[in-house]
Amino acid sequence: MTTGTKDIFAGHAKLERNITLLAIFAFLAVIIGGIVEIGPLFWIDNTIEKVKGMRPYTPLEQAGRDIYVREGCYLCHSQMIRPFRDEVERYGHYSLAAESMYDHPFQWGSERTGPDLARVGGKYSDAWHVQHLKDPRSVVPESIMPSYAFLAQTPLSAGEGGTMQGELKALRLAGVPYSDADIASADDDLKAQATDSGADLARRYPGAQSRDFDGQPGRLTEMDALVAYLQVLGTMVDVNGAAAQEMLTGEQGQ
Amino acid sequence: MSDPLSEGTGGRRIDEATGTETMGHEWDGIEELNTPLPRWWVILFYACILFAIGYVILYPAIPLRHGSTPGLLHWTSRGAFTREMAAAQAARRPVLHALAVTPIDAVPQNPALMREAIAGGRAAFKVNCAPCHGAGAAGSIGYPNLNDDDWLWGGTLDAIQTTITHGIRYPGDDQTRMSMMPSFGADKILTDNQIADVASHVRSLSGLEPRASAAAHRGAAIFAANCVVCHGADGHGNRAVGAPNLADHIWLYGGARAQVIGSITNAHHGVMPAWAGRLDPVTIKMLAIYVHSLGGGEGFAAAAPAGAGTAGHGQP
Repeated sequence: MTTGTKDIFAGHAKLERNITLLAIFAFLAVIIGGIVEIGPLFWIDNTIEKVKGMRPYTPLEQAGRDIYVREGCYLCHSQMIRPFRDEVERYGHYSLAAESMYDHPFQWGSERTGPDLARVGGKYSDAWHVQHLKDPRSVVPESIMPSYAFLAQTPLSAGEGGTMQGELKALRLAGVPYSDADIASADDDLKAQATDSGADLARRYPGAQSRDFDGQPGRLTEMDALVAYLQVLGTMVDVNGAAAQEMLTGEQGQ
Repeated sequence: MSDPLSEGTGGRRIDEATGTETMGHEWDGIEELNTPLPRWWVILFYACILFAIGYVILYPAIPLRHGSTPGLLHWTSRGAFTREMAAAQAARRPVLHALAVTPIDAVPQNPALMREAIAGGRAAFKVNCAPCHGAGAAGSIGYPNLNDDDWLWGGTLDAIQTTITHGIRYPGDDQTRMSMMPSFGADKILTDNQIADVASHVRSLSGLEPRASAAAHRGAAIFAANCVVCHGADGHGNRAVGAPNLADHIWLYGGARAQVIGSITNAHHGVMPAWAGRLDPVTIKMLAIYVHSLGGGEGFAAAAPAGAGTAGHGQP
């Protein structure tokens, strides 16, 4: 090294010997890195693109999502299909950022001991899901998934204190557009969706499917909620629709 | 001042043992050598900086208002994905075209095409069919085993293709395979005692219960009055209506006494989706050929003798 370079870095000695100065400059460095790496995600088109069809989760789906998180499903299942041929041919169209816009927290994950679930909705029947959750190896012999048979026996006690209203309110604070009517009728919605009487529900949550999900009519179990959640995953946006394709061709995604 | 660093280079000296300059500071007689970085490391370090500059110029890098700077190569992840898919489709096109123009019955005559069809069918099976029929197509309770030669709706290439295309009892497809066994118990057609007798008779057909018992005799009469229309007088079933053969040892919903009574009381109406709207005709054709090849395929047109071994090569 030349003496010239040494002079340039000579000031470094001051930084290394003054703890306050070092802290201030380290903080500045982290701030710059943060602004450059994180800041643009809030405004570039690729991450804030709007897609048609996204709606907040219904209370029953949200309750199922809570069970999904509680049981740690994310430890083995990701919910993000990356834009590679092998993933798309197996799981379907690659995931869009907007498809997890109402997920708090998101369930993208990086561990795939089990398959990706981003588009599992509608791929299997409710009965298949129930049988698979009760005894995974009865339908997938090579599976190493644990049994979740207790879900079918556990009455659904959704949200805090048995009501979903608080959770929906909290999600609204986080930016999920639940209306006052959604929050007021959260618990009625939850029961209606699990008993095939969700006409009002389907008006406020377009495309929401109402039926008995766990094959036990008259009982509202955690299985109902989890299957309802699994059946909606990846189905809100019609990614193969003409409009969606047109949008994606124009949007070059980086 | 006692600060050795602020003394500039005054305190620096060449260490005798290593011939390397010291940093110039010293505590209790301990000094620090200013060992230069290895040349290879320095070269790599500057090469990385040069690489980063080149990367920023060629690839998307600096975030702006709507996206980042595009870079000279105009690379995008979605663009790369589209090219990857297009290349794969182009590679498949000749085979898919050949399969599209070849009638399904004629495919076995062409060993090379047969091999491709079975490979493609196996891949499509894993994505679309394995969830119900199992990865090895062995099925489970309620989901038929596709490896055996016991077919509900027919096991020729044509019949399998029709079943996959239109599904079974699938709402929304007017050509779907359709039949509805009555729920003899739930619909109060038979009493519980009668159902128990019919179960004895049905199980006796495959030797699970003695044929000579009084219950089986009573059951035979009830069977003749209610079941023979679809299942046949000897219980061998009828593929036109998907009525299973009751005289063999293969049971879709279980052959235990309680299971047979359950099936008569509350009839099962298993549903298979129609795949016509979800998969393209060539994929369905490949699936039919794959399922046919699993071991139970019927009406196998004799392949050209020379190619027979090759055609079977792709089978598991």
